[in-house]
Amino acid sequence: MSSAPAFPLFRHRHLLGIQGLSPEDINLLLDRADAAVEVSRQREKKLSTLRGRTHINLFYEASTRTQSSFELAGKRLGADVMNMSVASSSVKKGETLIDTAMTLNAMNPDILVIRHSAAGAAALLAQKVGCSVVNAGDGAHEHPTQALLDALTIRRKLGDIGALTVAICGDVLHSRVARSNILILNALGARVRVVGPSTLMPSGIAQMGVEPFTSMTEGLKGADVVMMLRLQRERMAGSFVPSVREYFRFFGLDAEKLRHAKPGALVMHPGPMNRGVEISSEIADGPQSVIQEQVEMGVAVRMAVMEALLDPRRNEAGE
Amino acid sequence: MTATVFANARILDPSRGLDEVGTVIVRGREILAAGASARNQGAPDGAEVVDCAGKAILPGLVDSRVFVGEPGAEHRETIASASAAAAAGGVTSIVMMPDTDPVIDDVALVEFVLRTARDTADVSVFPAAAITRGLAGQELSEFGLLRASGAVAFTEGRRTLASALVMRRALTYARDFDALVAHETKDADLGAGGVMNEGLYASWLGLSGVPREAEIIPLERDLRLARLTRGRYHAAKISTAMSAEAVARAKADGAKVSAGIAIANLSLNELDVGQYRTFFRLSPPLRAEEDRQAMIAALRDGTVDVISSSHDPQDVDTKRLPFAEAASGAIGLETLLGAALRLHHNGDVPLLRLVDALSTAPAKLFGLPGGTLAPGAPADLIVVDLDEPWIVREDAIRSRSKNTCFEGARMQGKVLQTLVAGRTVFSA
Repeated sequence: MSSAPAFPLFRHRHLLGIQGLSPEDINLLLDRADAAVEVSRQREKKLSTLRGRTHINLFYEASTRTQSSFELAGKRLGADVMNMSVASSSVKKGETLIDTAMTLNAMNPDILVIRHSAAGAAALLAQKVGCSVVNAGDGAHEHPTQALLDALTIRRKLGDIGALTVAICGDVLHSRVARSNILILNALGARVRVVGPSTLMPSGIAQMGVEPFTSMTEGLKGADVVMMLRLQRERMAGSFVPSVREYFRFFGLDAEKLRHAKPGALVMHPGPMNRGVEISSEIADGPQSVIQEQVEMGVAVRMAVMEALLDPRRNEAGE
Repeated sequence: MTATVFANARILDPSRGLDEVGTVIVRGREILAAGASARNQGAPDGAEVVDCAGKAILPGLVDSRVFVGEPGAEHRETIASASAAAAAGGVTSIVMMPDTDPVIDDVALVEFVLRTARDTADVSVFPAAAITRGLAGQELSEFGLLRASGAVAFTEGRRTLASALVMRRALTYARDFDALVAHETKDADLGAGGVMNEGLYASWLGLSGVPREAEIIPLERDLRLARLTRGRYHAAKISTAMSAEAVARAKADGAKVSAGIAIANLSLNELDVGQYRTFFRLSPPLRAEEDRQAMIAALRDGTVDVISSSHDPQDVDTKRLPFAEAASGAIGLETLLGAALRLHHNGDVPLLRLVDALSTAPAKLFGLPGGTLAPGAPADLIVVDLDEPWIVREDAIRSRSKNTCFEGARMQGKVLQTLVAGRTVFSA
């Protein structure tokens, strides 16, 4: 780990999505993350790789999990971390994203981590600032560090992702996690299925490199990994699905449905979970669940991403 | 009275089906003669003779759909700045949309526009008035009084009337005044929250889509009401093959309907949105390439009658935002002809049909002078080099807003001179 140049140079300045990453890029980040896992498991968890660097979290959507994961990753690498709490800032007073970005940019950060409800917000920010930008979720577009941590979790448990069948289940339409995972799993050669009601599938889903299913029994058949997505309760109001109980009956993961997947199949969820909506407590807390590992891998992946983006060899190369 | 003779020009006059080399004679505010036969006509005494060999003369363009920020958003566009942009683009008449602040739904506002245009604009400005008061979709505006004061059509601008009943009444009442109802259709629920064409590309970008059906369902409703009422209905901005088919069927049934298209939907497709380029957020959205091809065919066969710029100035305050939060619309007065001529250079649409859709057809439809080089018509004309290449540069844009879809684009065909009522208002 640290600045030892054991890893190849990451070719990108920003991490805005999985789109545009090659399998080599992805594996490089996963290899770095493997090393970061070891650091996080030591008693002394602090490195000095990013000492003197400034890392700003700019979260326009509330997020406990992702924001604290990024914060911890930055701190473990020795960076100075600042959280911009949007709820109490000038953003509430009508300042635009670009103006906020320009203000933050003037503070000379080295890395900006942004979460925003609008697709493309991270890309827009990246055009306007002089530092690296990490997309921590932009609308229904992408959430690349989530896909990386999911891939890392799977790789560490099951080995070669290219040999696996992964079923992504639930609200694919509104899910940035689903898009990023579809991209990363395809890049790594997995067979990807999506399972959910047709009202929650994006237009053109069959051309997105997945096999779509509307039945959990069919979609889970023989799957090595079952990845559940969060269903927002507002979706009932939007007439996407009629009720929670109907949704759980047909698309919620319980023991009966999981039985159709491969024995010992991994159960994943990006959190926060709606127990009894998309997943039963029995499964979420059961032996096949790797939901806690996902959280641990999250910190490691974010350390890996920040180290790769702020690789000191980049400056030496005059980039 | 001053007179000018434009000699040896290629004369394109769709109103008379002319495409021939000849002479255009302008005297005072009017065209005295135009065509091959005018060569033998003696020039008026003291006339200036301009040799236009290798150049074309067209009736000035008539743009039936122009949004202006005056009154209410003068930082985006004034009537004067829109007029300057129009003149540079070869547009000699504009129909101005009523979505201003305040809305053009009252005689006083029509008079304000006409007065401001008279005092500050070089091109002819024709206000369209709101169908309903305040564009609220409920009470009809005063069609008769508005028409008498100079409103040339009735439209809800960017909005779509939700109520079939109000549309029926509007079409029925408009018939009594021979008024044209121009309408852009987007179902408020089906297209709700949609920001680009629904499909695979929007799905990858994580943007919510506007399905084609959001345009077609209210359009079908309107076309049925046009059949029922015999009112004059103009589908102002269609973007899909199914819409064109619906219009063609209504025309075949004898309904008094017509259709328009924004130049962007003939020039660009959804892939131009790229990585969330907000200048390409338009309504109707840029559709798939198949749709664009279908619309070119509909323009060629006359199902689509007119091309508009759908000029819609937006500033950084409405465009420098994440895609889904940005306003829709693009400016287009200065690139209308260049973008349209691509269809001629590609062999997609015959030149005379193009000029018809840009000038003669909209003039006829909206009942405006111009759109013709016939003797006695106002001398609204443009001198064009149909082949001269140029590149769209932001710093050369005269419009007060710079939200063009054609920044850096290569165009072939340049306006060299624009005359409005015999007066040169632009020369390159």
